[in-house]
Amino acid sequence: MAGGSSSSSSSFSTAPAPSLVDSLFQRSLDDLIKALRSQPAGAEPSLLSRAVAEIRREIRSPDPDTKAVALQKLTYLSSLHGLDASWAAFHALELLPSPSPLHKRLAYVAASLSFHPSTTDVLPLSTHQLRKDLSPSSPPPFSSLALHLLSLSASPDLALHLAPDLLPLLSPRSSPSSPLRPKAAAAALRTLSVCPDVAPLLFKPLVDCLSSPDLRVVSAAVGAFAELASSGDPTPYLPLAPEFYRVLAESGSNWILIKLLKIFTRLAPLEPRLAARLVDPLCDLLRRSSAQSLVFECVRTVFSGLPDHDRAVRLAVDKVREFLASADDPNLRYLGLRALSMLGPRHSWAVEESREAVIRSLADPDPNIRREALHLIMVMVFDSNVVEISVLLVNYAMKSDPIFANELLDAVLTTCRRNVYELIVDFDWYVSLLGEMARNPHCTRGEEIERQIVDIGLRVRDARPELVRVARGLLIDPALLGNPFLCRILSAAAWVSGEYVEFSRNPLELVEALLQPRTSLLPPLVRAVYIQAVFKVLAFCFSTYIDQLEISQLSSLGNSTTGGASSIVESNTAAAASCIADGIAGMESTDGIATVGPLSENDEVEVHGRARNLLGLIHMLREILTWKTEEQGFIKDNRIGEIVNLLQSMFSEELGPVSVNAQNRVPVPEGLVLEENLADLAWTLTEDDTAPSMSISFSLRSHQHGKTKDAAASSVRSASLLAEHRKRHGLYYLPTEKDETESNDYPRANDPLLPASQGDVPEDLVKLTKQSLIPRKVKHTKPRPVVIKLDEGDGVSTFPSTTVKESKDDLLSGAIHDALLGEGKPSSSQKRYSDKSSRGRVKDIADTGESVSQSKENLESGNREHRSSGSKSKHRGHGKERHRSPQKNEEKEEKNHRNSARSSHHHERHKHRPRGEALLNVAPRAPVIQHFLL
Amino acid sequence: MIHFVLLISRQGKVRLTKWYSPYSQKERSKVIRELGRIILTRAPKLCNFVEWRGYKVVYRRYASLYFCACIDPDDNELEILEIIHHYVEILDRYFGSVCELDLIFNFHKAYYILDEILIAGELQESSKKNVARLVAAQDALVETAKEQTGSTSNMIAQATK
Repeated sequence: MAGGSSSSSSSFSTAPAPSLVDSLFQRSLDDLIKALRSQPAGAEPSLLSRAVAEIRREIRSPDPDTKAVALQKLTYLSSLHGLDASWAAFHALELLPSPSPLHKRLAYVAASLSFHPSTTDVLPLSTHQLRKDLSPSSPPPFSSLALHLLSLSASPDLALHLAPDLLPLLSPRSSPSSPLRPKAAAAALRTLSVCPDVAPLLFKPLVDCLSSPDLRVVSAAVGAFAELASSGDPTPYLPLAPEFYRVLAESGSNWILIKLLKIFTRLAPLEPRLAARLVDPLCDLLRRSSAQSLVFECVRTVFSGLPDHDRAVRLAVDKVREFLASADDPNLRYLGLRALSMLGPRHSWAVEESREAVIRSLADPDPNIRREALHLIMVMVFDSNVVEISVLLVNYAMKSDPIFANELLDAVLTTCRRNVYELIVDFDWYVSLLGEMARNPHCTRGEEIERQIVDIGLRVRDARPELVRVARGLLIDPALLGNPFLCRILSAAAWVSGEYVEFSRNPLELVEALLQPRTSLLPPLVRAVYIQAVFKVLAFCFSTYIDQLEISQLSSLGNSTTGGASSIVESNTAAAASCIADGIAGMESTDGIATVGPLSENDEVEVHGRARNLLGLIHMLREILTWKTEEQGFIKDNRIGEIVNLLQSMFSEELGPVSVNAQNRVPVPEGLVLEENLADLAWTLTEDDTAPSMSISFSLRSHQHGKTKDAAASSVRSASLLAEHRKRHGLYYLPTEKDETESNDYPRANDPLLPASQGDVPEDLVKLTKQSLIPRKVKHTKPRPVVIKLDEGDGVSTFPSTTVKESKDDLLSGAIHDALLGEGKPSSSQKRYSDKSSRGRVKDIADTGESVSQSKENLESGNREHRSSGSKSKHRGHGKERHRSPQKNEEKEEKNHRNSARSSHHHERHKHRPRGEALLNVAPRAPVIQHFLL
Repeated sequence: MIHFVLLISRQGKVRLTKWYSPYSQKERSKVIRELGRIILTRAPKLCNFVEWRGYKVVYRRYASLYFCACIDPDDNELEILEIIHHYVEILDRYFGSVCELDLIFNFHKAYYILDEILIAGELQESSKKNVARLVAAQDALVETAKEQTGSTSNMIAQATK
């Protein structure tokens, strides 16, 4: 047969119908499985492709047996070997009407696998067959198959068409113990969630299911409501609360109780009286039930639905403690931690009570439990315990495995960074903690630490001396240079020590550290930062040296030009300064040139350029030092003054954080036409290029200064435009009175202080100080330093609020709300509707082709939505669709009208639309929710 | 609700898949690869839950087979474990101490049994007896149909000889 496959595949396109021989010698699924199993490891792909070619041929056979076996094989390959089966959707469809239960079953399985609600274009063709199989006259197994397919691949259109056919199956009149009613309830749920328009039709029968004597029906209905209530706005289900409550009291099945509790979890926060009524049964279940799944659901309901009822919370917390203490069941420990994190910071006492178990869970063998524990602990971080917890975690990260160590570091970094370091009071402590993290051998979070070191340097002036100290510690350690994850941190450290060199105790040592031989291990960009830092340090040393000489020699000129030179250096004696100078001399002659020299030939342009700069500086300094020996009064030398000025002006401008919107605040100077073609400005280049390089920065600076002044005076028009813009988009501007500098008054934290003595480092994990997980007041020892904070969007919020679900006011809830309110009087309109629909149905059947084209149209619009939604959140995609569909329905309606002008079958075309519209328009009455309750 | 059910062998071979939410074939393969990597590498005696793409996957190992079910974050994990166990018990009863080979060669049977237990990602039948009865009834129906078709194809085979 394998030999025949090539010849027949060539005839595949011309003569699709396989011969009788083909169907006689068709490979069965068993044959295929055996062939796959006996195949050597590498040959699977070729075998699979051969099998698919075979299936493609066989599936076109007019013989239903051959087709069925082909479909069966395809089902197998598709679901276990990941082969695409969507192309076979039509063939599955062809087999659906088969009277043989064997074929029908295979066809339905294949269809459920190959149909996709939004991408299968033959889906509307199945409407008729599904309707036939759903009808009460067809055998129950057939209806069951149809219900399965409907629940898996219902598109909004299919749902709308087939919803009326679910009614007979949902009604209690169908035989009392029929297995179809629960299935119909589940299918109704899916129909409702893809097509909210059918709510008025299906909702009432679904509610009736709640009072069925058959537990399976009740279970299915409760499950459906649990799903509906948790996927959207639960408010419309509030009127059903008495009904749910009754089931809660009567039902003994844990399956049902769990689903019911899920509904109550959503309803209880909406209605305090319901919550009060729930306390007793919940406490009862908590005490009595031996099923852990039910107990856990009770705990969850209490924690997220009734957090104000102390009695229930107390009992639930006790249960959680039991969970946490169960040594042999990791599932319960995991769920216990999860439950505690549901309680939130308000009930931090509960976490405090199980503090020991929670902290111990950090060392659990299961990474998921450790992660949960970490998550829980991080929720409990306040400004009073942030030091303690961070130190604990960072120390523990030293001992734990690499993956978890980084998770710990991550947790600490993100928590402390939150909202521009709002938890941090003592930045000296935090900066040294960052240094410690960098020394963790597993640390791979270099980028984040780098970001924070630079960020704190820019934002927190008071933390700079400590930053420089920590940076020094990192830089002088040759062991750190080999670790590729740390180079980012080292880069930040080098930048900090260059930028804030005035806080350094020993700049010379810094230069040595920055030029140590092992720096060759660093990536070029980091080396460039290193060399730039050396440049800054040298420039600083030089100007300090000159200053010191000035001070010592001309004490009358105490007012030195370098006002910024820090107290540390000023307190040093002139001897120290000359020591620095000697150092420079020594460095340049030996180390410096030895290390930097080769770099100037480096391939990397950044390194190369900066090394050149540095060498230039050293050569210049060397010259100056020789001047000194020749002539004592060199300070008055103009050239030296000029050089000092130049060096200072290079680095005296302090870098600060820049608001994202800073650009908006720069007025556009008059005469600057932003749209003008730049090519016209080419002539300016030739002039500027000739300018001498030395003075360019000075001249540019003064030039610009004058220009902006000019521009500011004359640009009234643009300023008024700007003012208008500011008025409209005020949100994005900084408050005008606020300056971007230090004067920015950051709101002080409530407890700005932290006693340094409290930082006892707990050696053992469990040795947290008492009550460390609940917020408390701390004593003041020193004020929190100013943290420059620019605008609201500045701090990256790490805990985005997850209220999307709640705020979603989707159409389904609305439709159900309407259905519920209309429920009081059994509406005659509904009966009329079902009559009408059954009449309309006949016509639909008559013209299937029409329904295809029409739903293709809908599919297209559906497709667009689906493509935009992410692959993993298919539901949310549905939700969106639901959310938007009111307007869309209208649009479609319009479209249909337009089409109807062109199309001759227009009456058919929107037969079903007015149906949905009319149903949707059930007039909302005044809310009657309240008196239903209790 | 349950978004999908997977049966994966310890060697990473897929033994059954059932999708209750729409996934394209590409996504399905990706999901299976990802979850196989996450679940098969977990040591024994750890908890049976993994977080994955904002969902939770509940898994349980029976002999060499991992039964996995993906659920929403607010679903009850322990309940799902019980459903998985329920399914395994029914399989066990149906095949008579089920083993991986039974599922390999009776892939469709395992599929039909699962369909009697879950629909639209919800549990529909919690009684093992009922499931067994329904499955047996369907089998009987199919058997009679098979006999008929079998005889006709035999006839054709005879005729063409």
